[in-house]
This record gives sequence, structure tokens and C-alpha cells, in this order.
Amino acid sequence: MTEANKPDQKQDRGQLRIDEEECKGCGLCIEACPPKVISMNERLNHYGYRTALYAGAGCTGCGICFIACPEPGAITVYRLVRAREVEARVANAAEGGASECASN
Amino acid sequence: MPTETAAEYVVAQARARSFYERYERKEDLQHQTHFCPGCGHGVVHKMIAKAIDDLGVQDRTIMVGPVGCGVFTYYYFDVGNVQAAHGRAPAVATAMKRSRPESIVISYQGDGDLSAIGSAEILHAANRGENITVIFVNNAIYSMTGGQAAPTTLLGMKSTTTPNGRNAATDGYPLHVSELLSTLQAPAYIERVGLGDNKQIAQTARAIKRGLENQVRGLGFSLIEVLSPCPTIWKLTPVEAQHWVRDVMEKEFRLGVFCDRTKERTEKADLRPADPGSSSHPSVGTPDLRPVTPNPALEELPRILGVAEEDLPEGNAAALADNKAIDLEVRIAGFGGQGVLLFGEVLAEAGLDAGLEVSWLPSYGPEMRSGTSNCHVRLSRQSIDSPLVTAPNVLVAMNEPSLRKFDKSVRADGWVIYNGQEFPADCVRDGVHVLALPFTELADELGDKRAANMVMLGALLEIAGALPQASIDDALRRLVKNPRWVELDERALARGRELYRESLVEV
Repeated sequence: MTEANKPDQKQDRGQLRIDEEECKGCGLCIEACPPKVISMNERLNHYGYRTALYAGAGCTGCGICFIACPEPGAITVYRLVRAREVEARVANAAEGGASECASN
Repeated sequence: MPTETAAEYVVAQARARSFYERYERKEDLQHQTHFCPGCGHGVVHKMIAKAIDDLGVQDRTIMVGPVGCGVFTYYYFDVGNVQAAHGRAPAVATAMKRSRPESIVISYQGDGDLSAIGSAEILHAANRGENITVIFVNNAIYSMTGGQAAPTTLLGMKSTTTPNGRNAATDGYPLHVSELLSTLQAPAYIERVGLGDNKQIAQTARAIKRGLENQVRGLGFSLIEVLSPCPTIWKLTPVEAQHWVRDVMEKEFRLGVFCDRTKERTEKADLRPADPGSSSHPSVGTPDLRPVTPNPALEELPRILGVAEEDLPEGNAAALADNKAIDLEVRIAGFGGQGVLLFGEVLAEAGLDAGLEVSWLPSYGPEMRSGTSNCHVRLSRQSIDSPLVTAPNVLVAMNEPSLRKFDKSVRADGWVIYNGQEFPADCVRDGVHVLALPFTELADELGDKRAANMVMLGALLEIAGALPQASIDDALRRLVKNPRWVELDERALARGRELYRESLVEV
């Protein structure tokens, strides 16, 4: 076991996926993101919107961007979970993760 | 430190299951909502969907949509959906909840819908303590129609109808719905939240979930008012609009819980089964939300309404001649009090008894007596597309104004039955048959001039020759309760038939 494998040192706690087809580029997620890792894409999407763009690093998985976003599925937030916790976390995924972070 | 270091990413936040995968609102863009970028509706929609998911009530949720930008709830939520007339969502929700008490009913409304045209509905639904959840999205303006002032518009705020800003002297003050409703005794929970920043948004999610949870627990009426941005009509960027909610709107509409009776109701609910007679909680001011009689099951309704299969009269369908084509479109017109509607009812009821398709559509003014009154009746072997009779094949005119109003509409080869000795010469038309007799006087000879309608019906039945006598007798007995009147009406019908036959002899 090497240091490089330790999740909390080398891997981000969260990951983001932004659906370019669904995003309308309102920018509320950029405003909401506590670590400020979302920006506006320079390029327009198929429908003529500039859409949100995840920098690819630095996400904490807090989920604030998700609840600030007005589109149902434009943002998907992933959280890093240690293998033995995965099962339990999946069961509880729906419970208040976002609200906990919101008061930060 | 746990020994294992393997880790993986799992979904923490994603599209709620209570949303459809695709929205069938138009050909293109089925993956997007119709809301403008940055609209608060989308955020509120997501919170409701998440709460439905979390509470596991998707299969028994009914969403009542409003009029306004939020109208398309039925395109997005994969639950039961009804869309109500403007402002009437709480009344529709009341009916849904009462007829299906196990359902979770959400009335989704904007501020134009709820606080202006629907102010009566929300007030009384709250005052009755209906066990529903109202989500009230307040953006202080009519957005869908282009930005007119709403009751919630802030003082000084410009709109198309307050171009110089809302002025209290002429336009009144912003209406504080949550405060207003919290003065009532029945509501269980009323809270105002906002979408002004992350903290407010998180609180909104909690409040919406709580509003739904209260209903699941049967605690009564909950209303969650959400101060929500409208970047398009406010002419701000989405981020500026969000800040405006926090910095300006919230100053007028204070956030917080205005009414919370959930705790006492929970305790009361706990006490009830054990000690129903002498509750230690005095009930003064706290309504007992149990219905006086338990709500009937859906399958019991036909019996209660007297329309269960076994309760229905047998009918005289067998007496109807098989081969005869029947297509009667009758317009009956007169003054209120002349028996116009009863005329139509007897005709329609007799048709029903004879196994025909029928429709009866009354159309009258608010006056009980002497206003104009008319009704449309259709009888056919085929199913009826519309109950409106615009081109009758029989017009029954009980006075001259009614004749003049409708005589041009009678079809060629149709009939006009007119209550009057003299048929006005200028109303005579080629190809339209006329039976004009002083029916009122003829009825008076039978014993009561009010039976004129039945004399005319008798004439019509004889002309049409479509319905079995047994159907007419049964219909009359069902609709007229007083035996003295049944007897008179029977004589009147017979007299009518006779008068028509006599008129043939004269010609």
C-alpha cells in the first residue's frame, strides 16, 4: 500500500458531470460553488448557450451547485467513497448531503 | 485509519426519479425545461421532486398545476397531474384529497395565481385546514403575461401596469400571504423561504420536504412560500436576480416560520386512539381534523349517488322500433318559469329510458322568474359529439321574443312549435313547418296554464313519433314528484298529441 493510493490526499472528494445539452448557461452554479471550480465555457453549445464548465479538479462533492441549478439533470454530482462504505452511502445518498454543506 | 484504500465515485446528486426522463412538450429540446435560464421554478421543481423521492410517495402523489409559467408541471413530474383553472388549484386539490385521501396532493401556484385571482380559494382551503401542501412561488410580478403588477409587487417596483413604480395610494401595499394565512386557526404549517443565496436555497429544500412530510403524517394544511427570481421580467442577469431576492425582496417579505402546529397535532394524534373521550389537551382553537363520517370508498360512490347499475330503472328500450333513424335536435326557448328546462329534461330522460344517446344543456340567466331561458336537447342512436344545438330540427318557442331569436336557425324541413294563435307573418319560411296554437290558454282549459309546456311537449312527441309512451310516462314520474301535477301533465301531454292530429285534419 502506497501513499499515492490514499483517497483524501490524491483524489478529489467529488466529481462533476455537466450535461452540455441540458445546461442553459444561467451561471447560478458558478456563483454557488464554494471552491469556485466551475466556469463558463467560451464556446457555445448546439442551442446557442454558453454552458457551465467544470475545471476537472477541486470538486468537494458538496452538491450545492446541484440544488442551485434550475435544470433537473444538467448537473450530476459524484462523491468519493471508500469501498466498504459504498453500499451504505448509496442507500443514504438521498439524505441531506447538500443541506449539510450549505451552512458552511 | 481503515486499512483499505480502494475508493470510487458514487452518484450523490442527480436527476430525481420523480421527473420524466424526457419532456414531451415539443419536438425538440425534450431534455430541457421550458423555463428561462436562472428561473426559480426549476429549482423549486427539483426540490419537490427530491422530496417526493425521499418520502417514497411518487406513486400516490397528485400535482395540481397552476396557470402561469409553472403550468407545465404535467410535462415534468412523473406523478398524477391535474391542471387547474387560474387560481383554483387549492379547490381542485381539495377535491383530489377528499376523494382520494391516501394521495399526496400538491398545489403548485405562483403569486398572480394564488394571491390575486385565487385569493378566495387559498384563503378558504387554508381556513378549512385541508390536508394538502401548497407550494407558493412568489416572484412579485406576473411573468408569463409580460410583467404586470401582482398583489405581491413591491412598492416602487416598475411593471407594465405600474410604469412609475407601485404606489400605495393607488395600488395598495404588497400582500403578505404567509402572514395573512397564519392568522387562521386551521393551518398546520406556514413558512416563507427564499432562493437568494446558498443558505436560503438549502432552507427552501428543507421547508418543501417538511411541507410534504406534514401531509404524509396527516397534520393538515401546509404552505411554503418561496421568494423566487424572475431574471427575464426583472431584467437582471440570473445571478443579479438571485441577489435581488436576498437584498431587496427579503426586506419586504420576511423569511421564517409563521405558523407551526405540527407538534401539538402530532401529540393530539397520539392521544386520540388511547383516550378519545377526555383529551388532556383542550380542543378550543385546535380543529379536529377527522372527517365527521369516514370518506366513502370510490366503488361505493355509484350507490350513494343512486346511479349504481342495480338501482337504475330498467327502461323501455325494447319498446323502441328498431329500424327508425332518430336524430332530434331540439331548442326550447321561453321565459324563466314557463317550464322550459323541465320540458327538456322530460324529453331527455325519456330518450335515456328508451336506450338512446341524449344530451340536455340548459342556458339561462340568473333570474329565477321572467328572465330568458332556453335549453338544448339532443336524442340520437349515435353518440353525440356536442350538446350544443345550433341548427335545431325542432324549435319550441314559448313566446314571441324566443321565436324571433331562434327562428332563423331552424333547419329546412324542420318544425317550429309556437305558443301563440297568430304566427308572425314575417317569420314564415319555406320548408319549415309550423304548429302555432295558444298553448297557454289550452293548458288553462285543462286546469292550470303552467302545464302549457307539457301540451307543447305532447305535440312535439306526436310530430317526432320517436319515443315509446312508456318511456315518457316513466320519465315524467321520475322528474315530477307531486301526483296532482303528474296527473295534470299526463292529460296535458295527451292533449298536445291530440291538437297536432287535429291540425293535420284541418289542413
